[in-house]
Amino acid sequence: MKFNRKNVFGICLTGMMLSLFISCSDDFIDVPSNDPNSEEFFNSEEDYQNALIAAYDMLQSSYINVLMGEIASDNTLAGGESANDVPGFQQIDDMIHTSENVQLRELWGWMYAGVNRANFIMEFKDKTEFTGKNEVIAQTRFLRAYYYFELVKWFGDVPLVVDQRILFGDQFEVDRTPKAQVYAQIEEDLQLAADDLPASQSDVGRVTKGAAQALLGKVLLYQDKFNESANILETVINSGPYSLLTDYSTMFENDNENNAESVFEVQYTDIQGAGFGCLQCSEGNVAVGFNGIRSYNGPLFESGFSFNVPTQEVVDEFENGDIRKDIAILDIDAWALLTGATFVAGYEHTGYYNRKYIAREGDLNTGDANLTNPNNYRSIRFADVLLMAAEALNRGGIDDTRARRYLNRVRLRAELPEVTATGSSLTNAIYHERRMELVGEGHHFFDLVRTNRAAGQIDGFVAGKHELFPIPAIEIELTGNRWAQNPGY
Amino acid sequence: MKYSFLLTAFLLLTTITVAQNFNVKGTLIEGDSAFPLLGASIVLKGTTNGVVSDFDGNFSIDEIPMNGVLVISYLGFITRQVTITSSEFLTIRLETDSESLDEVIVVGYGTRSKKEITGAVSVISSETIEELAPTRIEEALQGQVAGVNITATSGAPGSASNIRIRGIATNGNNQPLILVDGNVVEDLSVINPSDIESISVLKDATAGIYGVRAANGVILITTKIGRKGSELKFDYNVSGGFQETTRKLPVLNATQYGLLVNESFANNGESLPFANVGTLGEGTNWQDEVFTNALKISNDFSMRGGTENSTYSFSASLLTQDGIVGGNKNNFTRYNSRVSFNTELFDKIKLKSGLTYVGTSNKGLAQSSFGSVLFNALNNAPTLSVKDVNGDFTLSEGTGAEVINPVAQIADTFNSSKVNKISGFFGLNYEVIKNVTVEANIQFNFSEVKGRSFNPIVFYGAGKVFNKDRSEYVENYNTFNDYTFDAFITYDNTWADKHHLNASVFTSVFRTEGEFSGSIGFDLEGFNFGNASLDNASDIQNFFPNGNAVFDSRLLSYFGRVQYDYSGKYLFSAVVRRDGSTKFGPENRFGVFPSASVGWIISDEQFLEDSSVVNFLKLRGSYGIVGSDAIPDFRFVSILNGEGEYVFNDELSIGIAQGAIANPEIRWEQQETANIGIDARFLSSKLNVSLDVFEKRTNDLLLVPGVSYILGNTAPGSSAPIVNAGDVSNRGLEFQIGYNEDLTDEMSFGVSYNFTTLKNEVLRVDNGEGFLSGGLFGIGQGDVARMEVGKPIGYFFGLQTDGIFQTQAEVDAHPSQIALGANAQPGDIRFVDTNGDGKIDLEDKTDIGNPIPDVTMGINLSYNYKNIDFQMYVFSSIGNQIVRNYERNLPLTNRTVYSLDRWTGAGSNNIDPRVTTGATGNGTFSDYFVEDGSFIRAQNMQVGYTFSDEMITDAGLDKLRIYFSASNVFTLTKYRGYDPTTSTSSPIGAGFDNGFYPSPRTYLLGVNLKF
Repeated sequence: MKFNRKNVFGICLTGMMLSLFISCSDDFIDVPSNDPNSEEFFNSEEDYQNALIAAYDMLQSSYINVLMGEIASDNTLAGGESANDVPGFQQIDDMIHTSENVQLRELWGWMYAGVNRANFIMEFKDKTEFTGKNEVIAQTRFLRAYYYFELVKWFGDVPLVVDQRILFGDQFEVDRTPKAQVYAQIEEDLQLAADDLPASQSDVGRVTKGAAQALLGKVLLYQDKFNESANILETVINSGPYSLLTDYSTMFENDNENNAESVFEVQYTDIQGAGFGCLQCSEGNVAVGFNGIRSYNGPLFESGFSFNVPTQEVVDEFENGDIRKDIAILDIDAWALLTGATFVAGYEHTGYYNRKYIAREGDLNTGDANLTNPNNYRSIRFADVLLMAAEALNRGGIDDTRARRYLNRVRLRAELPEVTATGSSLTNAIYHERRMELVGEGHHFFDLVRTNRAAGQIDGFVAGKHELFPIPAIEIELTGNRWAQNPGY
Repeated sequence: MKYSFLLTAFLLLTTITVAQNFNVKGTLIEGDSAFPLLGASIVLKGTTNGVVSDFDGNFSIDEIPMNGVLVISYLGFITRQVTITSSEFLTIRLETDSESLDEVIVVGYGTRSKKEITGAVSVISSETIEELAPTRIEEALQGQVAGVNITATSGAPGSASNIRIRGIATNGNNQPLILVDGNVVEDLSVINPSDIESISVLKDATAGIYGVRAANGVILITTKIGRKGSELKFDYNVSGGFQETTRKLPVLNATQYGLLVNESFANNGESLPFANVGTLGEGTNWQDEVFTNALKISNDFSMRGGTENSTYSFSASLLTQDGIVGGNKNNFTRYNSRVSFNTELFDKIKLKSGLTYVGTSNKGLAQSSFGSVLFNALNNAPTLSVKDVNGDFTLSEGTGAEVINPVAQIADTFNSSKVNKISGFFGLNYEVIKNVTVEANIQFNFSEVKGRSFNPIVFYGAGKVFNKDRSEYVENYNTFNDYTFDAFITYDNTWADKHHLNASVFTSVFRTEGEFSGSIGFDLEGFNFGNASLDNASDIQNFFPNGNAVFDSRLLSYFGRVQYDYSGKYLFSAVVRRDGSTKFGPENRFGVFPSASVGWIISDEQFLEDSSVVNFLKLRGSYGIVGSDAIPDFRFVSILNGEGEYVFNDELSIGIAQGAIANPEIRWEQQETANIGIDARFLSSKLNVSLDVFEKRTNDLLLVPGVSYILGNTAPGSSAPIVNAGDVSNRGLEFQIGYNEDLTDEMSFGVSYNFTTLKNEVLRVDNGEGFLSGGLFGIGQGDVARMEVGKPIGYFFGLQTDGIFQTQAEVDAHPSQIALGANAQPGDIRFVDTNGDGKIDLEDKTDIGNPIPDVTMGINLSYNYKNIDFQMYVFSSIGNQIVRNYERNLPLTNRTVYSLDRWTGAGSNNIDPRVTTGATGNGTFSDYFVEDGSFIRAQNMQVGYTFSDEMITDAGLDKLRIYFSASNVFTLTKYRGYDPTTSTSSPIGAGFDNGFYPSPRTYLLGVNLKF
């Protein structure tokens, strides 16, 4: 063959193509992800800290526990725009909720997301050593306990998985674990957490020793383990850095977050936007916007969706002279009259709003402003610790004097006369005080249930059924129809 | 027929009477293009006196008698006859024959003649596109091609279309693969229709040659290029006109509104909001305030030519279009330029190349959703004026959290999205030895998308979700980058004039990568959209705190094809592919997919060869499997791309969290297609008919199932895994018939009609729940559309109604409806207890319609008389339902006039419930909100005038045509919303009309110029 430019070109071309044919091996489609692979993570302290932030993140989604827990009780009505506004809330308010309830499933899912994020760290807890790891693990244990406690509170027996994530496929294998066993795990986690956590954290918002102890005391009280509960709660009272705020009126304001009374607080901020498509993604307290005054125009407060409105009955339970009443309850008609503010009456309008957690002026109002309210949720307040200690001491028959002392500390701050009762009337006084002190904070329903008082108090409450919420039917279905439903559903 | 007989007779007579011979010279030109035609034959009719045109299209023929008829024919062109009456120089144009069986069609990696095609392929030629003069190609495809259903996602300028070839195969992405000169294009709106030479739509398994991304069919677009040896020719097209809305909904005027609102308050025992209805008058029709006549101007210019060895073209275009809502606040502008160059580098080595730049600039308004401008225009109170006495926009108080003053909304919207895209292709073809050709092509796209938006502080009324207390500024910058490299070797040979074999081996790689970045900043007081930037903002937050999001997806394929035919009569073709994708884990990365097709040209058999009735008859069949990987990257492995953020020290800390839940088992989804078709031509090929019967089955559908939330999939940034868990079937029939007739030399007409039937059925949803749910009705009513076994995908899932309760006795006799929010009263909707459990609740939801049409059809008419041409096309969709979801239904929101017929007392109405501000179950999703979405639409009517050659040659022009076109002229439908073509890209939840931005009616005046 005679070589010319064309032949050379042809040969080059053929060569190029052949080499491309050959070089296109199957490796071409073996591409690593730009994001870290979860199996190859935890190689530095930073990795652990980053995963820990993610485990904390789900605390913010517990706004729904607080909001829906309060609606479930006799403290508030569902409210909202209309009878069809968030049917899941409306049904729980009326105790006609079923296992199809969408919001219950959200709560279930978000708490399990928290469990999984904590378990992710625990699964790899031995991978890399660094100074301060114990404390990271202690925080993780607290968070896992916090999420599991919410789950047992709402659903009773729940699948207990520890130190490993629940991977796709595992859902067909895990069973509902008896409540007692879940509680045992929670107690163990909290005890270990309390051991390794410092009394105070330089990062405001991180879990402290006192928070772990207080939650442990609460968990024990929920199981009527009065001695242990009183013991650990009194440790918090006596050796923790906490005190009652002298001015109750500043308690729930945004400029008094993480105050001396705050034992554990869920942190929120208004700097990031949020949307309805992913409420759990909001860095703000979604419940605050939901609780807010409908179409409000006036001073001090901002608009919201008028859910979770206090009943006349709870308003009436405040004793005369209780300074907490005007802090906890907003009488919107009186307020409108006083200030010229306008608003629109929502569904089940009672004339009252849950003043502790409604939207206030002064935040950034990053859009959607209803979803980005920065109000921290005071999850465990020192007043709560005092009242829990009082209850444990009294109901456990341990020491009514100390019980009364703790109770009266709370009453004194409310500018109410001291209680002198003992025995079961002291018990009732403590119950009453808990309701008044903590109204609007999401505790009352569970207090009624654990003390067997719910049936008499909550309209529509059926004993033997409504103590627990139903496991979402779809969850039973999607895990292979092996789990029994809670009784009555 | 009679006509032509008379004409011929007349011609014969005149031939006899005059006897004078001419020498005739002339030039042959291809259609409108001004390209000379070389090698065409020119024969004096009835004689053997003939010549062939030369390189420049010129010819000279002697001894032509007076009134002699020259027959000019050329392969692939319509034969013309010219009567000679003088010796003047002739310029004769031959039109390409798009109906010709010899027409070469671009199909998978090569071309075939129409005759040889064994698959279900539809073709749209450049003539059709030129005739329709669309600003977007979809307008040329819609209704023209059986089996292709195109709906706009919105009537807003520049919005994308949903293109569905033979139904809906998956609950995910159903868009077909679109290739422009082999180059992947995501969105047809970036292409200038004038650049298009032809469009082929591959509808059956023969699309399988394109592999992975071809599961939803393939649209192949070939662009124009010059012709070898032709002089430089220019085209210039300009059109301009305006657009208007096709419809304004009949909403209540202020007086009607006042009366009805009063009635609804009274019905709930509340005091009347409007004490003095008589003073309200007409009030404001907000639709009049937001709809506008909008401008549309399009210009394109191209030049093409060729030398002996090379062809080249250059084109440029500019389109600018305002929206019928908001005018220039809703503008789309596209500028585009392309250059292509093909040459023979050496003997047997050919090069082709092209480079395109497209720039688009888009400004948008909230549309087709709750809170969109049109939604607000329908629901805002007519008693409000646009502005108050101080000149400020009125606040929409009391109308719920979502309804605001739509004029204020338009004024407060500031955004722009700019795209710069460069695409190119480069290919070499080398005939190495006789019969063996190697070819390599590389195609690439690079685009950058820059988005900006500015949201000022706004207040629309108390508690409105659109209020902004902080101004915001958002900037996005995304880049996308892809390339396709194909190389193949082909052996092509014919033995004994009968056995024709074409065998190829291919390799193809595809890589697409991209990067997303974006930030938001706040508090830009004193700035506006023009001068706002992140530099002026506070609290700047990056949308991707853990670094820019990137993706890199790749495909690697090897495949082979054999095409064999015997005497061009028995055709066979088969393809086997091995496809690999980065979407799947190491175990399941590769899949092998075969497809084959056969054809039999029955009319070439002896028994039909001489038939005077049947000119052509072909039977063809195809079967094949195509793999699909239309899922996001890295779903087989657990990666940490979720969102984990928490607040410490009052500042946001960014952590790292689990992304989507992994399923290592995911594997290729398979699209299995079978097709049997017949093509036939009758009556001297004037009548052509095609019939196709198909079944398309999607097996192992990749879908996101419902999973137990204990997996943690509801955490921020996480989601459920993907599983292979469904099967979907689409069965149907396509029929196309066309008739063309040249009545006389000066008059011709054509008519064509096509229809497609489609039955969509979900065969398996193996996800635990047995269905996938979606859709959103009103505020927060979910699970209103489902994908479920035995039903069409995305069927509407709601309550069935049974009229209106006329009396309390009827209410008492019916199961309780309390679970829907309130006890029923007379005047409320009576729902059917479908499950018979003695109560009406959401458990009674059932199948109440679906958004998939049973039949779609199109009719095209064209008529030419002398210099005048007329075209019209109409398309229709029958049997689909639409959900009316643009009504907010709050005490003070406006309504449409049908609410005037509401129930007002026993016997007054049995369809529309009473009005009340009290709680009712009437708003629960039911068939009350489902309407028949069938329609017939006159999509385009056009009349043109082409100046005759004599009038324009002095001006140096080859062609001058002016035309007037009206598109979306009228629509016949019972649907009460804006536009029955309302659509969404998501198959589950399609057919919900949230105030759909209607497709505009457009009037254009245009000029086509060639010189």
